[in-house]
Amino acid sequence: MAPRTSAAAKQARNELGLRCFARMLLIRGVEDEVQRMFTQGLVRGTTHLYQGQEASAVGVCMALREGDTMTCTYRGHGAVLAMGAPADAVLGEIMGKAKGLCGGKGGSMHLTDVGVGAYGSFAIVGAHLPIAVGLSFASRYLGDDAVSVCFFGDGTTNIGAFHEALNLASLWKTPTIFVCENNRYGEYSPQSLTTPVERLADRAASYDMPGVVVDGNDVFAVHATAGEAIERARKGLGPTLIESLTYRQVGHSRSDPAKYRPEGELDAWLARDPIVLLERALIEGGVAEDELHALRASVEQDVEGALERAKSWAEPTLESRFENILA
Amino acid sequence: MTEVSYRQAITQALADELEADERVILFGEDVAAAGGVFKATEGLQERFGAGRVLDTPISEQAIVGCAIGAAIRGLNPVIEIMFADFAGVCFDQLANELPKYRYMTDGQVSVGLTVRLANGAGGGFGAQHSQSVENWFLSMIGLKIVTPATPADAYALLRASIRDPNPVLFFEHKNLYNTTGELEADVPATIGKAAVAREGSDITLVASQLMRYRALEAAELLAAEGVSAEVIDPRTMIPFDLETVGASLHRTNRLICVQECPQGGSWGATMVAALMAEQFESFDAPPILVGGDETPIPYSGELEAAWLPSPERIADAARRTLAY
Repeated sequence: MAPRTSAAAKQARNELGLRCFARMLLIRGVEDEVQRMFTQGLVRGTTHLYQGQEASAVGVCMALREGDTMTCTYRGHGAVLAMGAPADAVLGEIMGKAKGLCGGKGGSMHLTDVGVGAYGSFAIVGAHLPIAVGLSFASRYLGDDAVSVCFFGDGTTNIGAFHEALNLASLWKTPTIFVCENNRYGEYSPQSLTTPVERLADRAASYDMPGVVVDGNDVFAVHATAGEAIERARKGLGPTLIESLTYRQVGHSRSDPAKYRPEGELDAWLARDPIVLLERALIEGGVAEDELHALRASVEQDVEGALERAKSWAEPTLESRFENILA
Repeated sequence: MTEVSYRQAITQALADELEADERVILFGEDVAAAGGVFKATEGLQERFGAGRVLDTPISEQAIVGCAIGAAIRGLNPVIEIMFADFAGVCFDQLANELPKYRYMTDGQVSVGLTVRLANGAGGGFGAQHSQSVENWFLSMIGLKIVTPATPADAYALLRASIRDPNPVLFFEHKNLYNTTGELEADVPATIGKAAVAREGSDITLVASQLMRYRALEAAELLAAEGVSAEVIDPRTMIPFDLETVGASLHRTNRLICVQECPQGGSWGATMVAALMAEQFESFDAPPILVGGDETPIPYSGELEAAWLPSPERIADAARRTLAY
């Protein structure tokens, strides 16, 4: 028997879905631009894109409230935007501009916007997991009920800092939400080549912590799963490991054409693109297609405007490199 | 003022800062219930509670990372890395995260925390528990590095380190814990000021931690020969008080640096390079770096004693410099 949803619940779901839809489109739009910017030589070094994983970051971050903190990886444009960082300052930072989020000192791999709770993007695999434990330890010590969310990839579950962080978080019952975005590949290698367990959420059992698996391309499912973990953490019941099953539609970094993917894999996942899935769910939920088209057009314009602004910004002054080394 | 040991000075500084500021917390391996393997944190958990003084698993990456996270939310953590050499197992946190976090975010965060590390040789702990680990961090811009030798400096500089809004690596020499001395004042010191441990006019000996005492012994040997050696203890490696050393060199025109490590990438090599560049004309003789041999630190008592600069080796180097 299908569950009967009240009109109010349906409306609330649609509203949430639309908020997520707009944010996911923004991330997709920004990442598509970054891909183009890279080929135009506007991005230095390397960049790690997030297309295909938008529902993970957005589903989790939409379940947070003001005061909560988020840390993520070098593939972090999506999570930082999901927290509400302005797209122009994100693009500006990726171009190394003075008005970028970090004044051009961080770049693509280190986007940070503390004002919206985005406490950092970390470029060393696993490094931010213990830091997230500390962020949430402080919340408890200070007596606020903020939680700390930390995004990382499947590859991170093989590095020491992951295990040290989960162990300490569980021991101290810190309000930490560990979100493993299992996008199938650690850099160029599929999970099966590097990891002896199939279900990464199972690793939580070693730390007497709940380990939950969720369809990471279904933003409603991610939102609900994150919501439960967050509530648990706020109540003082400790951390949760969430394994969000998703897919990286692009290579590891801009130098990786991802030739190692088996034939048909990408197509199968493109058919489950999180934005397509959400659009379908919203239409099924009664949202007018016109409204969705209008939203798409509006976000596209926003991205375009953000890009133009960011491109127009000045380079950092040479003196600025000596600033903010010490407090 | 009362006579205290270096260990008691550390404990007192921690207690005074825990007392002064509720944001100060203390954690590390065996620091709480057991009072620390060097007993430098004894009684602090009883006094300040298990919420502020906590034992951790043997898990250095988690200890440092957790302290960084707590610091950027406004707490003021003091953590202990039991033997400084264990910095190797959390090098990413200490070298990649801690010094660079503020810079990479263009000042959006301040990482005010203090890492206490038991440093140095001479105790028969072998090659992995005896190194002078401050040298590993000399090029990690964004850190302060403090290396006290006396109880008074340990007390005043630890309080200053805890109050500093920046990350501070605070090295305690494990062979100095029982050294006694008077606390000169019960206020924090300024980080970045060298001390003149003995005044002299013929040659400048620069030495820190255990080597400060060896240099003072060497100065006694030299005094018996009519040579007046000045002994300077830098006290902090970053920032380094080149001015005080330079002023001494300007008067004595001869320089010896004594350190407990091989020369490559050492603070002494850095100091000599800077002085050569800035006041080449002050030197009447080539400077000499007296250090550990170019080997890992051996275990046996005789081998370790031979490895460490002795007062005689220091005095010999001084004689060569004076005879140049």
